[in-house]
Amino acid sequence: MTVVEFRQVNKWFGSLHVLRDIDLKINAGEVVVVCGPSGSGKSTLLRCINRLETIQSGELVVDGVSLSDPKFDAAKLRANVGMVFQSFNLYPHMTVLQNVMLAPIKVKGMAPRDAEKTAADLLDRVGIPDKANGYPANLSGGQQQRVAIARALAMRPKIMLFDEPTSALDPEMINEVLEVMSDLARDGMTMVVVTHEMGFARRVANRIAFMDEGRIVEEGQPDGFFTAPQSARAQQFLSKILSH
Amino acid sequence: MSYQFDWSVLFSGQSGSWLLQGLITTLQISALAWLLALVLGIFAGSFRTLPIGPLRWAASCYVEFFRNVPLLVWMFFWYFGVPPLLPQAVQDWLFDHGAEFWAGMFALGVYHGARFSEVIRAGIQSIPSTQFEAAVSTGLTIAQTYRLIIIPIALRLIIPPATNESLNLLKNSSVALTIGVAELTFQTRQIETYTARAIEALTAGTLIYLLLCLCIAALVSRLERRFAIPGMIVQMRAE
Repeated sequence: MTVVEFRQVNKWFGSLHVLRDIDLKINAGEVVVVCGPSGSGKSTLLRCINRLETIQSGELVVDGVSLSDPKFDAAKLRANVGMVFQSFNLYPHMTVLQNVMLAPIKVKGMAPRDAEKTAADLLDRVGIPDKANGYPANLSGGQQQRVAIARALAMRPKIMLFDEPTSALDPEMINEVLEVMSDLARDGMTMVVVTHEMGFARRVANRIAFMDEGRIVEEGQPDGFFTAPQSARAQQFLSKILSH
Repeated sequence: MSYQFDWSVLFSGQSGSWLLQGLITTLQISALAWLLALVLGIFAGSFRTLPIGPLRWAASCYVEFFRNVPLLVWMFFWYFGVPPLLPQAVQDWLFDHGAEFWAGMFALGVYHGARFSEVIRAGIQSIPSTQFEAAVSTGLTIAQTYRLIIIPIALRLIIPPATNESLNLLKNSSVALTIGVAELTFQTRQIETYTARAIEALTAGTLIYLLLCLCIAALVSRLERRFAIPGMIVQMRAE
């Protein structure tokens, strides 16, 4: 079953053509890693999926709903699409537990007691049950990012979007976040991940989409992509990032 | 210098009760105007940061209109200008129920609301846009995101400039004497008129304003520590 489908999608920021004729299908349970040089449109592509960015032409269908439908409701879509950002963006004035409980209570109308139980379970799952009553500022970057993942999971999303989730982390904290993401993938979560972590991409992704200058230049299985990239641009990109 | 100070005028006759009444009126008009200003400021300040044209436009008009006209003119406007536009029965009711107080309160509230709005807007704009995006990404509506995340953070960030504005509001309540509100400055002048003791009366008024403002500033700095966002620099002072 297809949960995200881009059909000939184009987007401009002013005169800058950031997405060019994007065609991409993502099926339920699939993990798609989007990679490419900076400025290639990876994050923009991801941000279109939950309507943080709007598209100017083509069609984008997420969870059976066209985002260009006049009756489209962004909040309703976002309740089903979790997103994790590079900069964590936890709510600094709330405890870790409150961060995770907020959306289920306010968006789904869940009873606070149930929301608390769900939140506690999720914090357990991402490995930080003991920090539930701490504030985000008292957590390390890796812990904050795991809370951000728990916060997104609390809405029981159908799709999870990750926008460079480890780029702001110290090297020793990257793995704890990637492990949580690998577990999620193993549990069958549909994931779209923008990342420079090629080891993760190779191990966890079902498919790699390589972007350059707003286009998906190459798309395929990780093994094929990493061992024998087809396009010259991907060969050049991989030789630069895998050489060290 | 041949002037003989006579501080006893402050403790004789009706001076004490006038000062007390003046103080109470000043506190009442300031507190109500402050609440009005805060509500107007939160709405206008938030609207000016939203990507919704008509709301931004309305809020910008409000702010530019009210902050660019002297407070004294607004006092006169609400007291002399507005009542004749109201139905006769409402006018009669108003003038039986302290019209000058309500006119002064409105003038003070809307004027400072426009100024609060800019302080709140600055607070909101200092929050990274990804904070907003993270909140709406969980399915919260824009209104919920503002109410639960953006405004609570912004209000904590703007406590120092908002305290400044609040103290200005309190001091500006003295302008209401021009439309006959018997607040603290009005009562100070009354003592002066009755006793011909200007320095003593004005000293009393000055000290009361000063003490009042110092108390408020002290109270706010306690609140600031109480509601500090963990990890923000304000905590360092609390140590």
